[in-house]
Amino acid sequence: MEPLTWTGSLGALLNPVFQGLAMIFIVAVALQILASFIFRAAPVTTNADGTLTSGNGPIEMITKVSKYSLYGLLGLCLIFLLAGIVMPFGKAGIIGAVSARLAPVWLALFVTFTLSMVYKRKLGLYGKLFDSLIGMIGFGLVMFWVYTAVFTGVFDMIATHDSLAQLSGMKNKLPGTPVRGADPETCGHACWYLLGGDNLARDVFSRMVDGSWIVVRIAPLATLFAFMVGITLGLPAGYFGGKLDTLLSFLANLILAFPVILLFYLLVTPEIVATGIPSFMAMVLFIFPIIFVAVLINSRYYTRPRLRTPLLAGILAVLVWIYLSLISAPGTVLAFLPESLDLFNIPGGILVVFVSVVFVNAPTVFRIVRGLTLDIQTRDYVAAAQTRGEGPWYIMLWEILPNARGPLIVDFCLRIGYTTILLGTLGFFGLGLPPESPDWGTTINDGRKLLSIYPHPALVPAFALLSMVLGLNLLADGLREESLRD
Amino acid sequence: MGLFILRRVAMMIVTALCLTYIVFFMTNLYPNLEKLAKSQGNFRMSDEAVASYLGDRGYLEPTPIKYAQWLGLLPGYKTVRDDGTIVGKCARPGVAPEDTPRFCGVLQGDWGFSTVSKEPVADVLGKRLANTGKLMFWVMVVMVPSALIIGVLAGMREGSGTDRSLSTISILSTATPEYVSGVIFIALLASTRYGLGPILHDAGIIEAKALFKGTAKSAMDDANLRNFTLPVLTVALYGMGYIARMTRASMAEVMTAQYIRTARLKGVSFRNIVMKHALRNALIAPFTVIMLQFPWLLNGVVIVETLFSYSGFGWQLVNAAGNNDIEMLLAVSVVSVAVVLVTQLISDIGYVYLNPRIRIS
Repeated sequence: MEPLTWTGSLGALLNPVFQGLAMIFIVAVALQILASFIFRAAPVTTNADGTLTSGNGPIEMITKVSKYSLYGLLGLCLIFLLAGIVMPFGKAGIIGAVSARLAPVWLALFVTFTLSMVYKRKLGLYGKLFDSLIGMIGFGLVMFWVYTAVFTGVFDMIATHDSLAQLSGMKNKLPGTPVRGADPETCGHACWYLLGGDNLARDVFSRMVDGSWIVVRIAPLATLFAFMVGITLGLPAGYFGGKLDTLLSFLANLILAFPVILLFYLLVTPEIVATGIPSFMAMVLFIFPIIFVAVLINSRYYTRPRLRTPLLAGILAVLVWIYLSLISAPGTVLAFLPESLDLFNIPGGILVVFVSVVFVNAPTVFRIVRGLTLDIQTRDYVAAAQTRGEGPWYIMLWEILPNARGPLIVDFCLRIGYTTILLGTLGFFGLGLPPESPDWGTTINDGRKLLSIYPHPALVPAFALLSMVLGLNLLADGLREESLRD
Repeated sequence: MGLFILRRVAMMIVTALCLTYIVFFMTNLYPNLEKLAKSQGNFRMSDEAVASYLGDRGYLEPTPIKYAQWLGLLPGYKTVRDDGTIVGKCARPGVAPEDTPRFCGVLQGDWGFSTVSKEPVADVLGKRLANTGKLMFWVMVVMVPSALIIGVLAGMREGSGTDRSLSTISILSTATPEYVSGVIFIALLASTRYGLGPILHDAGIIEAKALFKGTAKSAMDDANLRNFTLPVLTVALYGMGYIARMTRASMAEVMTAQYIRTARLKGVSFRNIVMKHALRNALIAPFTVIMLQFPWLLNGVVIVETLFSYSGFGWQLVNAAGNNDIEMLLAVSVVSVAVVLVTQLISDIGYVYLNPRIRIS
């Protein structure tokens, strides 16, 4: 079989066009920045019927050129992607083949965007996101990875090979290399290593999409836990102040003064894991969500004990059971739950990574929540609640917290990105996750040894991580803009 | 003001003591000590041999006592062997038993002995810090001016095309962690097979096959453009976006202020408004941000020094943590805590001096 080129049979026609447009676009953008210093913007003229006509100076000309060349480039990209889905697999080159593998993701994205656009006025802050281009791009990038992860991890659809399988003769092969000895009649989508092979002859594309499943599972959940810890501690610290505040702030600053990587090395090495310290930390950190939920429900319904008691008992029973099966795992110091009652076991490395990421993030969240509480508690509605005789926990959780949601949601998005970076850092230093794990940090670390000769095994996960974090940052930016507009 | 600084310094010392105690506790857990003994002795040591190795050197004493010894409040543990030689906390190779001091802690100016490099910690760390200092200096030289220029240009005309493209660049740079940008830079600029190097070489513009070097090993003695550009650029890029965004926000806020409008109505030219009226007030916020960036840069330095195998402070941290080099790790954490807290202090004091509206009583 022939190795695939990047654009396949479309390339002969479209590649020169693409390159030409790209050159024009780059030159136009550079000129645009230069021109804004040299020329003045042409004045806008007001017509008799009240409409405006934009002026026609050099700046406007260059802007027009850069705009249309950008549209042209985006259109061509769309053609490359669509052709991959329509044409037979592999005919439209590597880009087409990857796009064909990602077809369910495109479909899901399309459905999500269409539905959200149609109903955007009924969807609150989420709907407003679709008013800002930046926010939409960010949301698109994030959802792209979420859907990729879900379709790979849950439905087993996108990966072309097993991410751990090592096929002979595929070591460090370039993108688009056909699998050695594959039968062209029957191999289907497994005919090629679409994005090449790594130094252990595994498929880079499959490892990248499998890695997204690890990141998408850990990063948001770890951030959520960090928020639970930060909120549960930050609200009383800001509200009550005094000694509690001093103590908690000191502890938070203590953790923040630690260099993150030193902390990871101290927490995640196998020797420390053997002593069980991470398990005990998990025991402490995972209790905060239970406290949070319990206080949340109790402070709302304590005046109606007949509703509160069964509700609280039911929810707590479920949560405690999940909590116990979460922290109890055979082979660690905390293996107290009999196997028949243990719902699930988290693979050793993942729990440790999870705990250390939560531990690093929680103090920052704590500081943010504390600051917001200090600010909001001076408002009139808090004073009104106090006059009504509401308890302190009701005021914190049902008056202050909902009014602090804007900054918290924005920070939540940013922090997922930061958590993704932290997970990558852990992988980059080979800490926590097993060395064959397909997550992005570990694959970058794996690929960097032969970087200047075979760059693709490291570049693919690097760009994956970059696009996901970029998406989260853009999403946070869009949300901030839209929530400020209220 | 004096009292404020004094209180902050006292707080710093308490924080440093707490942190070093945590590091001390973690590194002195038995599995870690066992690893240390095996890497110092040999890897097939029996459990008894490990226990006697550790016992002789005072590693099995209670942690608070060991910690006090490290601080220099208690005399160092020592065991006199049958042949008259001494092993223990204060024993150093090549020092006669009678010259071995009783106390050898931080208070005596002795930072301990690195079990990996077989040298006093202070000597090793001094060299590493000098290397990192060189790296940080160039990072600052690249990062601060470019971030301020980008921020000011973007914030000058909020919402313009320049603003949008520069803001996109700064968001992109905050979304690129060092290990990603470093990998991309090496693949594009330091590879002899791909990227820019071979193209320029074929065009006859550069002599060598690659534009830059992918390692900075040679930069420790002789830093030049070829071997030092990529590490500096990689560290600078991540911090740059953040500072630029802060500068932009601050500049945009200043540009909407009343006195700028007054200057405009007076007919002052745009250039003069920016240079004379806006810039000074817009640079107060970025100053604190730049100072608070130091701890983050420290993180970047660890990654970049590992990626480019440049033996600096960060490389030493990874090396010491990987080999459980206890006294080296403690010194490393003292240094990094000091960096974090001192920069916080400077940023607070600087903020007060730059902004006449704030006074700490």
